[in-house]
Parts: sequence; C-alpha cells; structure tokens
Amino acid sequence: MAIDSDVLVIGGGLAGLTSALAAARAGADTRLVSYKQSTLRHASGLVDVLGYTPDGDGPLVDPFDAIPDLPEAHPYRTVGTEMVREALALFDDAVPHYRGSHTDANALVPTHGGTVKPTARYPVGASAGVASDDRDALLVGFEALADFDAPQAAAHLDAAGVPFDVRGATIRFPGDLRADAKITRYAKLLDADSRVPVDGRDQSVRAALAERVRAELDGEERVGFPAILGDDDAAGVREALADALGAAVFEVPMGPPSLPGLRLEDALFDALDSAGASIETGNPVVDYDGGDRIERVSVEKNGARIPYAADQYVLATGGLVGKGVESDRDAVYEPIFDCHVAHAGDRYDWFEDDAFGDHAFPQFGVATDDSLRPEEADGSTEFPNLRAAGSVLGGYDFAAEKSGGGVSLATGYAAGRAAAEETR
Amino acid sequence: MSDSQSTDFDPVAPNTGEDFEPVDVFDDSDDFDLRPGADSCYKCSTCDTNCPVAEVDDDFPGPKFQGPEQWRLKRRDDDHSVDDSVMDCSNCMRCDNACPSGVNLSQMHNTARGEYVSEELSKLSVEYVRNRLLANYRKSAWLASKVPRLANAAANFGPARWLGEKLLGVTGEREFPDFATETFTEWWAAQGGAAGSKERAREARERRGEPLDADKRVAYFHGCYAEYNTPEVAKALVRVYEHFGYEIVVPEQGCSGTPMFANGMLDDARRDAELNVSSFADLVDEGYDAIASCTSCSMAIRQEYPELFDIDGIDDVAANTFESVEYLRIHEDLEGELADADVGDDLAAEFAYHAPCHARNQGLDRQAVELFGDLDGVGVEDVGDSCSGISGTYGWKAEKYETSMKIGDEMFDHMEAADGETGMTECPTCAMQMEHGTGYDVRHPLELLEAAVVA
Repeated sequence: MAIDSDVLVIGGGLAGLTSALAAARAGADTRLVSYKQSTLRHASGLVDVLGYTPDGDGPLVDPFDAIPDLPEAHPYRTVGTEMVREALALFDDAVPHYRGSHTDANALVPTHGGTVKPTARYPVGASAGVASDDRDALLVGFEALADFDAPQAAAHLDAAGVPFDVRGATIRFPGDLRADAKITRYAKLLDADSRVPVDGRDQSVRAALAERVRAELDGEERVGFPAILGDDDAAGVREALADALGAAVFEVPMGPPSLPGLRLEDALFDALDSAGASIETGNPVVDYDGGDRIERVSVEKNGARIPYAADQYVLATGGLVGKGVESDRDAVYEPIFDCHVAHAGDRYDWFEDDAFGDHAFPQFGVATDDSLRPEEADGSTEFPNLRAAGSVLGGYDFAAEKSGGGVSLATGYAAGRAAAEETR
Repeated sequence: MSDSQSTDFDPVAPNTGEDFEPVDVFDDSDDFDLRPGADSCYKCSTCDTNCPVAEVDDDFPGPKFQGPEQWRLKRRDDDHSVDDSVMDCSNCMRCDNACPSGVNLSQMHNTARGEYVSEELSKLSVEYVRNRLLANYRKSAWLASKVPRLANAAANFGPARWLGEKLLGVTGEREFPDFATETFTEWWAAQGGAAGSKERAREARERRGEPLDADKRVAYFHGCYAEYNTPEVAKALVRVYEHFGYEIVVPEQGCSGTPMFANGMLDDARRDAELNVSSFADLVDEGYDAIASCTSCSMAIRQEYPELFDIDGIDDVAANTFESVEYLRIHEDLEGELADADVGDDLAAEFAYHAPCHARNQGLDRQAVELFGDLDGVGVEDVGDSCSGISGTYGWKAEKYETSMKIGDEMFDHMEAADGETGMTECPTCAMQMEHGTGYDVRHPLELLEAAVVA
C-alpha cells in the first residue's frame, strides 16, 4: 500500500503551492509534499510577471504585451498569455492582501537596496511606497538591523531618478533589542504592541517607535520601514504607526528570511486548507517506481522510504538554487525522475567568465511539451503522468527577466489544472 | 583555459590545472566532522525565525549561532570552548526543517551540548545533578512505579515540591505526572505477551479474510511514558494493531535518549541507544518493523541515533522505524476504515490538536487532522504551528519555567479559541504542558483511532 491521492505535487514554493491549489479547486484529491518549509520564506513577497526582456530591455510597462515576443522555449510561450492571466486571477482570489490587479502595468516597487523593481503584484503593505507616486518619502532604518541602510537606499533611489524627494534616517528601535535580534522578534513585539523599556520606563512599542520617527520627519507624506512591521497583525501595526505619524506607512521588501514571504506562505497554506488539499513538509522525494508511467514515489524519512502513490504528478522542486536541478562536475541533472536537462558536454561552456555575462546555467531546466510534460532529448515524453512547473523548467532566466513569480504561478496553475483534468 | 597555469593571480581565470581538485578540501575522516555541514550554511537566518526560544528570549543567540557558526569557530583549534548559551536550546529541532540548505543543525547542537556538559559543566554543580536526574527520568519512574500511589502522593506533596525547587532547581509550579498503578509491560505480560498477540492477530486476520501467514509483525518501542504514566496509549496501540492483524512483540528497551540529548548527557544516551539498537536490530533482521507511539522516541531512533552514534545495525533500525499511525497509513486503508466508523462514548468530541515539534520534523504535523477530518462525531482542529514550550525536561527547570510558559502562551490561546475542551497530541510532555496551561484533558490520536476502528 501507499499514501494515496489523485494528484501529488512535489515542491513547496510558489509553483508547487499554486499547482496544488489549482488541482484541489478543480476537484482532485491533492497532496503537496515539500522537502523543507516553503521557500516563500526566502522570497521578497513581490510577484513579478516580466520586468525585462531576455535582451535586457526594460523596465517593461506592460508585461503581457511583451509575452508573445519571447523566445519559443520560454515557459510563458508554452502556456500562453491567457493562462498567465488566469493564474493571476487565482492568486488574487487566494491572497487578498495583495495589490496590482487593477492594471496590466507593472508597478515600480523600491527594494531594500534602493533599486526599483517592476512587479505585477505586491503586498498591500508595500503599496504606499510605489515609485510612481510623487509624494516625498522618508525611509527609516534601524541601527541594529544591518540589512537595510536607509540613507544609502534613499541615495540610490534618488540617483535612479524617482519623481519625489527621498531621505533616509537611522534610529534605534525602542527597547534596545540585541544586535542580531530576529526579524520575527521585531514583528511579534509590534503585533502585540508589547511594552519595552525606553529611558528607564516601560512604553508601548508602537507609540515609542512613532515618537522616534516623528523626530526625524520633515513634512514627508509617507514613511518606509524595513519589512518587519508585524506578522499576524501587519495591517494593524501599519495603521497605528500611520495614525501616530500623520503620514502613510509602507514596508520595503527585504532579503531572507522575509516577513512578506512568510505572510504569503500563510495565505496560500490557508487557501490550500480551505480547498481540502493536504500538505506535508520535512522530507524529500528521492525516487520513483514505475516503467512508462510513474506509479509511486518514495519520500525519505531518515533512511525509511515512505511510498506515496498518485494518478498524476507535478514536479515543482525548483531550479539550481532550490536543488530541483543539480549538477556535478560532469553533468546537470534532475535528481528525482532523471528527466532530461539539456546542457553542453564541456562544463566550461556552462558559464561565462564575466560575472554579468550571458551565462548558460540560469536557463538550465527541463523542456516540456504543450501540456508541461517533460521531454527527453529526442522530444518524446518522459512520463505521461508527470508535469513540471516553476524554476525546474528551462528556457528562461528569472533573475535577469524578473519573471520568477509569474512563471511559477502560470506554469503551476496550468500543470495543476491539467493534472486534475486527467484524473476525471 | 590554458592560461590558467600562469603564476599571476587572475580571479577571472581560476587555477583549474591538473593538480587542483577543489572537491577534496577536507581529509577523509571517520569522525563526525561537522565542518562541511557548517559550510553549507549561507546565513539566511531562516532557522532563527523558527526558533521558539529565540522568539521570546532576547539573550538566546539562536540556532544559527549554536550550530554552524559555533562549529566553524571550533574546528580550527581547541581554544574555543562551547558557549554556555547552548544549554538554553530546547532541542525542539525545528531548525532542521527550516534550513533550505540541509544543514544538520540539531546534530551540531546535540554534539555541542554534549561537549559543553562533559568539558565545561562541573559534575558537582546542582545544575549537573538536576539535569542528570531529569535526563534519566526512566530510572526514577521505574522506582516510582514500584510504589505508584506513594510516589504520586510524595511527588505532589507541597513541601516536597518546594524543596525540589530550592535544592534541585526543579520548578515547583508543575504537578508531577501520575504513575499508573499497573505498568504497560505488566499489563502486556498479563495479556500473554507475544504469544497472546500472535493468537489475537491470527484471529483478526481470519476475520478480515487476510492470509493467516501474512507478514504482519511489528516490534513496539513504547518508551518510558507509555510504560509508567500513560499505559492507556500503549494499550490502544496494541488493540488497534491487533485489530489490523499485526503480531506485536515488545522487546527489552531503555529510554529513547531524547531527554539525554537535550541535557548533553551523551554517554547516558549511548548506553540506552546501544541497548535499544541491539534489541531491535535482531528483530528488524527477522523482518519486523519498529513502531513508536511517542514522536520524540521515533525521532530519536530515526534521526538522532544515526547522527550521533556508530552502533552496529543502527542504520537498519532507523530505516525500519515508523511512527505508529504513519505506519498504518502506509500499510492499511485507514481512510476507508474511518469513513465507515463512528465514535460513541467520551471520545466523540471536538479536539484541539497540537502537533509536537518532533512530529513536525518527521512530516507528521498534519497527519491527525487529515486522518480524522471526516470522522463522524469528531472534530479535530489544529491549534497552529507554535511550540508547546515544555520540550521534555526543559520546562521542568526552575530557571527555564518562565521561558517555557511564554513559548506556550500562543498554543494556550489557540487551544482556548478552538471549539471543545479536549486536547490531542502525540507527545506526552506536550500533553503535560497543554494540561498545565489550559486544564484540558489531553488524548493521543491512537486512543481516538481505537475508539473509531476497534469495535
């Protein structure tokens, strides 16, 4: 026997979660297994669709406009523009605290490094910060939180030519947390509005923080903080600070571990729970049984092989960084099903010497047919009941194009829905 | 790449000559060498955001420091001693599941804690004596089980608890768990032991229309708590497994070692691990699978044993050990059985379910909710992903009690917000904390399973 479902999704990132959600909503008994906690915890929380063309043109105003001109091997060309829109609609329905659905145009969201990123969907917490808004902004950093240097980020934004005045200030977070306090420590204090010691007496942390920011405020109509403003009650924290400051408050997305990523994970897990899907994390899928079709896969728990059987499978294990595509000194390969990954025989052709050169490795991944089924080198289907989604797909460079989130959503949605349809 | 042999350093063209083999940076070694694991850590700090202790304690540096950073400092020479903050880690092992890079954080913590206790902590200190006593709970439990009523009265006698706190640093806030008047193994012997089980299993297989010679044999690791304190959990396991036609054996066993790992008593843990592995390895050889009803016990055997010890047969035992409900999910049609079941008596209830950290790390945190989701007359509501905070012996220490309760706060709140006033969990100490924080009665999923499928 084995642990059974109709559709088994392997991978807990945006592609896996979307694919499981699409399959479960289409009525399939769906299970998602992920080696570790969702990689969304490492994500900025921004969902890009397409910020730049593969040639580097951009930032693009309308990503949908540019999709038909992408190279044929690009995952967007496989699923088509309409599927990208449908996937975004699923996302908008499942994740209510996001903005951007009112327009096809990319929003320009400031990052913690002071660049401006073209993105299609962004958390409501970041919305007062968009660069197309011409209100003057104050960025606030904290002494102990080295990941966000507010004056430097402000200088970068200024140099990037944003249409407003922006200034950065660094203050001490009330309560004198340890120098390497966890971001969740800040968030929980703000969530609960805990009392912290300030100048020898206990004060509400929200009020004390607002007081310190007010001393720096010089007429700016909006104030940006690193993304640490609460976890369970992020909206409440922003509102309280905005009231106290008399200015709009926004969060600047940060590197990992990322609270906007954690909040997105929570929202998608809730949506999966409501759709009746099962989720398991903590152990990797390492192998499969079957000949032409995949009959079952093995989840390894410290040496024990636990069998999971399904009718249809979705491979959403990530790319080279997420370890869904692996390499050694001889070859590049997909470790679970050994799906074909095209790459040059000589490993020195996998990269360029120039750090920002035209490398081959970012595009390593599986190639698929129109239904997202991985193909062997000769173009034949690897398995009739396996589809692939997200960064495990080849043919695109999400980092250069700013297309990671959108490709995960669109291919995840398409793969999950197609898998569910096959089980009917 | 022919220019790579030039003597001028050129970062664009690294030296990739014949003699350079970048893979072999470290000597081959049979020792547990944690340095390569430390090098896999890229400091993303996700482990820190999962650490329940760091969440409430500003002074705790967190799993990233305790594991990879400390190990990297230590590898170079012996001048670096282990930082005493490692004793504030509760060994919940959540950091393992958090790490995207597969760093064996809890292995590093266990090893560091072991080294700290053997090299830095005075054997004459109250802390050492207290920790040793707590870690070897099985010994005192064995003694108490000989005189359970007296032990129950004495342990919870107010002045004795006060003295325990003053002299030993065992918190006076908690009530000691009751000792059962009959241990599980006494009950098991009265049921005829393995021979009795074989007979009952054969009858069940006949009733179920399964082949009489079906290969359904399991060796039960009951652990200390089901033996001395909650034999009803172990009895439920026996009845459920026999209902499905499994022959059970209960081999000689010690403590799983969980409280010893958590207190850095690795020699004590090795002693019990050797006993357990030798007793289960022979059975595994004969085709038995090992099952445990406590998720910390299964975690110890599956993961901590092979990470920390080199004992003959250890990997085989680890690979053939399962959590008891998980094992049935793999081999039986539990969903089907439960679809036809209904639960009468006092177990027809709304349960507030808490997933123990050590179940979480085995990927079992949603198992009970999923399994009982459609069971008539029963609701099982997950109370969220917070840690209960007791972490075995951790919450029993006077100086850790407050931290333990602060961690548990979120779980208590969620339990109270959930429908119903009965708790459910697989871990006996989580159950203790749930009861302590809310006053709820707490049951094990096996008890509910028994009520549902064993008519």
